[in-house]
Amino acid sequence: MSRRAPLVVALIAFLLPLLWIEPRTYLTLTVAGLAMGMLIFLVAAGLTLIFGLMDVLNFAHGALFSWGAYAGFTAAVLLNGRWGWAAAPSVTANVALLAGALLAAALVAIALGIALERAIVRPVYGQHLFQILITLGATIVLEELIRIVWGPNDQVMPVPLTFQGSWDVADVVVLRFPVVAIVLGAVVYAGMMLALNRTRIGLIVRAGVENNEMVQVLGHNIYRYFTGVFAAGSALAGMGGLMWAIFSQSVRPAMGGEQLIFAFVVVIIGGLGSVTGSLVGALLVGLSYNYVAFLVPKAAIGVTMALMVLILLFRPTGLYGTPR
Amino acid sequence: MPESILEVEDVHTYIGQHHILQGVSLRIRPDAVTVLLGRNGAGKTTTMRTVMGVLHPQRGAVRFGGREIHRLRPFEIARLGIGYVPEGQGIFATLTVEENLRVATLAEGAETRERLRRIVELFPDLDRFRRSRAGTLSGGQKQMLSIARAFINPTRLLLIDEPSKGLAPIIVEHLTEALRAMKQHATVVLVEQNFAMASQIADDFYLIDDGRTVHTGAMAALAADAALKKKYLGI
Repeated sequence: MSRRAPLVVALIAFLLPLLWIEPRTYLTLTVAGLAMGMLIFLVAAGLTLIFGLMDVLNFAHGALFSWGAYAGFTAAVLLNGRWGWAAAPSVTANVALLAGALLAAALVAIALGIALERAIVRPVYGQHLFQILITLGATIVLEELIRIVWGPNDQVMPVPLTFQGSWDVADVVVLRFPVVAIVLGAVVYAGMMLALNRTRIGLIVRAGVENNEMVQVLGHNIYRYFTGVFAAGSALAGMGGLMWAIFSQSVRPAMGGEQLIFAFVVVIIGGLGSVTGSLVGALLVGLSYNYVAFLVPKAAIGVTMALMVLILLFRPTGLYGTPR
Repeated sequence: MPESILEVEDVHTYIGQHHILQGVSLRIRPDAVTVLLGRNGAGKTTTMRTVMGVLHPQRGAVRFGGREIHRLRPFEIARLGIGYVPEGQGIFATLTVEENLRVATLAEGAETRERLRRIVELFPDLDRFRRSRAGTLSGGQKQMLSIARAFINPTRLLLIDEPSKGLAPIIVEHLTEALRAMKQHATVVLVEQNFAMASQIADDFYLIDDGRTVHTGAMAALAADAALKKKYLGI
């Protein structure tokens, strides 16, 4: 199967629902599916690099997603309470609130990610069973800490005025915030590809994804890169958490665990260690989920799993994965 | 006897529960080519990996230039000037030839450019295919890339594990010439099953059997000792 085959599969999956869905509804669902895909991509991109480079199964990634959401939520509430940036009819103030909340989400997730990598992941490198147990344990602790700090109940996320509601484009309803999510996902993907393909650090990370032992015997301190990748992956999880909170207009302690399942499915579909694979996988999952949720609501989650099984049958290493 | 550049002293290494090296000792002369010989599973590759810090010995010591290195991590050992070509080459298949060399380059500068020029002189194919993915190269070209990568930094000691494995005789001949040329610039330690190749370039030998060094001496003496070759190498 050629390298273009995944794109052909994606294109077919993208157009097939037009047989059953009226075109205007299809476009609305497509925007929602792309947005959902981009949000999953933010979580999956970090997960795939951590998996690919460090061979670490990080089940605490979902908790970092939740912490990012809550950190961003707190920043948004503070900024809105102090200057009224969410409710203000000003694009600048609304964008500033989103940027401030994203920064808070990323910084808190980075700090937690580095602490987790140093304290609990580093002692269990190369031991998958221990990694699963210890990162699941960390997830429970981090979620309980959220309940202690912010309370156990769902809270309403302030959504900046500019991102509320929808645009009417040629009789097609296009929700505003999903468009912001699509743009952010595209920017993150472009940034990651630039960093991986045009910088020396990116080159060493790509080499490390393929064979991290060889990178070490060539004289590079791979552990420094591990920490850097873990921090970057955590930042993406945190930002994904905040974006998801705005998308769903709420935060809740267990929200990360729900998204982690999608992220793992996407990483497997895309191929371990492949950022492009994660993007294509996330868009496939986001689109198919939305189309099927419209046609047969009860089958929405099932179609994600069916997609994964189908792809693995034809490509056991995932769409862009290479045999290890 | 001249001072040795690498000393391995009664090293014991485990992989999981298995006691693989049970007392390996080496004294590698500087500016010589030393070959480690022995049957499959004797412990030659494990010795290389122990020197490189990929595996840590439970007993014994490894010294490079008089300094103990067996507690250092692989990247620290590499930075002392030890290049390593693993069995199976260890190239990054999805990266281009040029990118493989860039990953290995620890410092840019006139010296590195001069070393790269020498490498390209030895292996012109690497320049021809510099934009190709390393995974698309032939077995011989992959081996050349792997050696070039280990030699691109100022290397005092080059460890090469089975360079001729799976290669056509003409490629082995080319590699033998290249290793002879490298001998002018670095001490070379080889693991090699191809006795003909080893006897052409090696000055010294160590025989490893069941995780222990059992014989050492000049390669010329081993080539002439039919009984020793039959007993430990089956040839």
